[in-house]
Amino acid sequence: MGQTLKRIAPQLVTLTLVVALVTVIFPNFLAVSFDGTRFVGPAVDVLKRSAPVALLGVGMTLVIATRGIDLSVGTIMAISGAVAAWAITSGMGLPASVALAIGAGLMAGLWNGCLVAIVGIQPIVATLILMTSGRGIAQLITEGRILTFSDANLAFIGSGSLLGVPFPTVLWIATAVIVALLMRRTALGMLIEATGINRAASALAGVNATVLLIAVYMASGFCASLAGIVATADIRGADANNAGLWLELDAILAVVIGGNSLLGGRFSIAGTMIGALIIQTINTGIMLSGFPSEYNLVIKAVLVLVILVLQSPNLAADWLFVKSLVKARRAKVRSETP
Amino acid sequence: MSLNPRLYPLLATIGIFLVGYLISYLQFPAMLSTRVVGNLLTDNAYLGIVAVGMTIVILSGGIDLSVGSVIAFSGVFIAVMLRETSLHPLAVFALLLIITTAFGAAMGWLIHFLAMPAFIVTLAGMFLARGVAYMMTIDSVAISHPFYSMLTSAYWLMPGKGRLTLIGVLMLISVLIGAIIAHRTRFGASVFAIGGGEQTARLMGVNVGRTTVLIYAFSGLMAGLSGIVFSIYTGSGYPLATVGTELTAIAAVVIGGTILTGGAGYVIGTLFGVLTMGLIQTYIVFDGTLSSWWTKIVIGLLLLVFILLQKGLLRLTAFGEAGS
Amino acid sequence: MLLSIRSLSKEFPGTKALQGVDFDLAAGEVHALLGENGAGKSTLIKCLTGAYRRDAGEILLDGQAIDPASTAEAQALGIGTVYQEVNLLPNLTVAQNLTFGREPRRFGMVNRRAQSARAREMLAQYGIDIDVERDLGAYSVAIRQIVAIARAVEFSGKVLILDEPTASLDAAEVKMLFSIVRKLREQGLGIIFVSHFLDQVFELTDRITVLRNGRKIVTERTRDINRLRLISYMLGRELEEAARDQRTATKSIGQKPMLRFEGLGCKGVIEPFDLEVGKGEVIGLAGLLGSGRTETAELIFGVRGASSGAAQDDKGRIAHANPREAIAAGFGFTPEDRKVDGIVAELSVRENIILALQARRGWAAPLSRAEQERLADHYIGLLDIRTSSAEKPVGELSGGNQQKVVLARWLAMNPRFLILDEPTRGIDVGAHAEILRLIQEITKEGMAVLLISSELDELVAACDRVIVVRDRRHVAELDGDRITSEAIVHAIAQPGAASQFEAA
Repeated sequence: MGQTLKRIAPQLVTLTLVVALVTVIFPNFLAVSFDGTRFVGPAVDVLKRSAPVALLGVGMTLVIATRGIDLSVGTIMAISGAVAAWAITSGMGLPASVALAIGAGLMAGLWNGCLVAIVGIQPIVATLILMTSGRGIAQLITEGRILTFSDANLAFIGSGSLLGVPFPTVLWIATAVIVALLMRRTALGMLIEATGINRAASALAGVNATVLLIAVYMASGFCASLAGIVATADIRGADANNAGLWLELDAILAVVIGGNSLLGGRFSIAGTMIGALIIQTINTGIMLSGFPSEYNLVIKAVLVLVILVLQSPNLAADWLFVKSLVKARRAKVRSETP
Repeated sequence: MSLNPRLYPLLATIGIFLVGYLISYLQFPAMLSTRVVGNLLTDNAYLGIVAVGMTIVILSGGIDLSVGSVIAFSGVFIAVMLRETSLHPLAVFALLLIITTAFGAAMGWLIHFLAMPAFIVTLAGMFLARGVAYMMTIDSVAISHPFYSMLTSAYWLMPGKGRLTLIGVLMLISVLIGAIIAHRTRFGASVFAIGGGEQTARLMGVNVGRTTVLIYAFSGLMAGLSGIVFSIYTGSGYPLATVGTELTAIAAVVIGGTILTGGAGYVIGTLFGVLTMGLIQTYIVFDGTLSSWWTKIVIGLLLLVFILLQKGLLRLTAFGEAGS
Repeated sequence: MLLSIRSLSKEFPGTKALQGVDFDLAAGEVHALLGENGAGKSTLIKCLTGAYRRDAGEILLDGQAIDPASTAEAQALGIGTVYQEVNLLPNLTVAQNLTFGREPRRFGMVNRRAQSARAREMLAQYGIDIDVERDLGAYSVAIRQIVAIARAVEFSGKVLILDEPTASLDAAEVKMLFSIVRKLREQGLGIIFVSHFLDQVFELTDRITVLRNGRKIVTERTRDINRLRLISYMLGRELEEAARDQRTATKSIGQKPMLRFEGLGCKGVIEPFDLEVGKGEVIGLAGLLGSGRTETAELIFGVRGASSGAAQDDKGRIAHANPREAIAAGFGFTPEDRKVDGIVAELSVRENIILALQARRGWAAPLSRAEQERLADHYIGLLDIRTSSAEKPVGELSGGNQQKVVLARWLAMNPRFLILDEPTRGIDVGAHAEILRLIQEITKEGMAVLLISSELDELVAACDRVIVVRDRRHVAELDGDRITSEAIVHAIAQPGAASQFEAA
């Protein structure tokens, strides 16, 4: 636990700073009230609206840990949302609809995983195929319309609350916690990291890298389907064109802000979750402060660039140097104080 | 003399286009009119131009996700400049092209000197360009300038009443220039060299940093040009325009026979890639009963086919090497 | 002298790659540079070609001190290099490759016709007539080598370095290449020839310089040296007297072997061989680089698919078609290139040690953290792994300690048959001796070891039986008192007649 905290400390500091900044501009940001059935307030809103990106981020973290990338998650959201809406309007009931939608996400992940792990196509290309064609499939399901529904049970997933907390919030936190526990309480996390860092050496040590890679893309498909269900349930309709549009980029951004390297290896789901919260806080903050919401694109871009510079392998050596200087000075101070 | 194997993907692309056109023609004889051909060129002019830049980038083994946003930015920039200032459109064009070229160069610089994946750097560029477009306006801004009306209505009436528009011709010229740069200059050879292997390219004396900067600058230039064409085509600037064009352009390049890992391909193939995608859309319009989403699915399938083809071709040559 | 190198030194963290090496190259001479992996050949070449900057010493070309900072600079000075692979760009045409950087131009554009004409002209000097407008990748390795030589000579023209140019050529192609090299020698070029095919060295070169462990051992005229002496220069035998001491007969004379491999082989890689492995036995695999040592190990561990043969133990047939099956059968393998195939650099020492064990248990049955730490601490103590903590990323350890971590990974699996491919390469002398001691330790418990090594004294000291590999064949087997440096050298040096040429 202590290690995790240390790992995500920079992200926590960033989040605190962003929240503080927004609070300065909009003093009521952290105000939470209870309106009888649920908690309301801008901060609660952030927790709710970050659901899709956070959910996608869980899967994306795993994919990126294997040195991969999944561009198709936004599209998978659209497909799963369309499947859910179609199933519920066909009168299938909530469990069947949700199961079908998740099944669609898993299938999509299986497809991506096979292209990457078995056919050997590089991940960015392999997932690009589904990214471009998948929206067509989603539109095929919705027949090009925005497929609306009125089923209250399904709508609950998007806009209901559990003990006063928005259900999407519960869902993403639960998913993140369960997946993180699954990774760290079993050996999955280490095996994924080993595969991402050195697939050849891992395979020689007996790690079944092929199956692991497929599983990781399926996990990403699974998370994307949850995000798709939430998005569809929230607006009570499946919009094949716009559901999850560009969210894959936000998800990647959340992973990167979360301190995970795009070059694979060590990963932290907690970091990604804070990354997702940072992104949503910025979005909400910009909206609250009266700027056109469109400004957040520029801010995101600047954010990415700053993080890229910090992560750059070319600068890593310099960082280590600075760090060692600092360490040396501290050691000196320590030895001089007594 | 037997056929050079490097031509196979290009021939496959042209073959698919011709077969597709033949099928369309058999079903709708009207497809074989200069009108359809003229529209095919006009409607896909902006895509063709930006795809030329993308081809160079992909040939070098890179990728540029920012181009769709740069096109949108260009349209907005032109529209807003023409509305707010009294500059002549040509001056605005020049200014714009300088900006987008510098923008591309800056991304190339970051890619090389930060040693970061092109994908993520240009992703930031994508956010930035669209964000700036949003900051200039969030609405669609119509362009009303006499010079623009002239540009829009500039065409040559082909026999059969087809219109060969200025922007269609501009695309063909861009393809030509792109082909010359890629296949007939030292810069082009360096692009192929980097795509074939950066380490080896360096051993052979390529200035990788300079070349990388130039590659992305060229892509930025083409995106700016494409933005001009798009603004002529639509007569307006809109920050939400051309969302996803970067992916369409990448798809066109791949369907055009260029290998996504870099080092092999033809600029002329990209033209056929663009035209094939345009053809699918035209077919769907002609058919009337098919829905537009089939375009995406068919393009996705074509993409898959070409990637598998490339994979197979690479494996074949690898076997050939092992056997020799 | 065309080229003189004086007391060249180069150090990398943890290893002294070159220590005060001298080397001379005359114009019109083919000079062989020999040594096993890690001897310093490639470091020397890289210092010459500007890929590395030297730490000390000087390089004189035509009497002028030079200090190339890049390969381009070395090229411009007159030093051209042809490597075994990664030379030119297979995706460009032959003509483009030949003229790259000096393309004939007209109006700023490359003049394709002049380019092709120039390329044909260049190749004609070597008696080659091919379609220069095809991709280089479409041609055989031999043609590619010649194209690379043509380019290097054209661009540099004083010193030509050929780094393992014949490794994947067949006999006729080697002949063609040699006639070209001889012609260049007559033209007054100085040629440095690096190869592990000794027959070729004797056939082609005028002088030989041998490096070992970063030092120059000897420079002699080729005609004054014989194979036997050359091989002992390369493999070294100073420690011979100290060796061969305590290897007691724990081996299984008369017992049924624990494992039997029959007719195991892979077409074009290694000819079918039989191998019996007894309980607690240490089997050495001797041979020069490229002889088929590593391939033997890869076949046994399922890294490479076998085209024939089977493995058996007393319970019947064993599947070992991939590493996972081989591990299930109780095999372990520490590969030669531990940075690429061995360690997972960013994972901690602890995680690297338990990796194989965890992979065998499956993801759902994790070792508890306490158990992991116990294992890690146990092996850190047992193998004396120098690390500040079990949580340190293994990539930050020194080479010898990384090797011990990989060894610990397999010891933790308690395999019955452990393959060690060059376990002591590139590690310091102290760690070297420790690893040999460890091999003695673990075999006491009944584990069998296959030790691949290019150090004779290591084989003599550690092995119960030594198999000699030459030209991709297992050619001799020595046991008991017959294991001596001389015997191994003799077996390796048996004149292979023309067989070296067929190695491809």
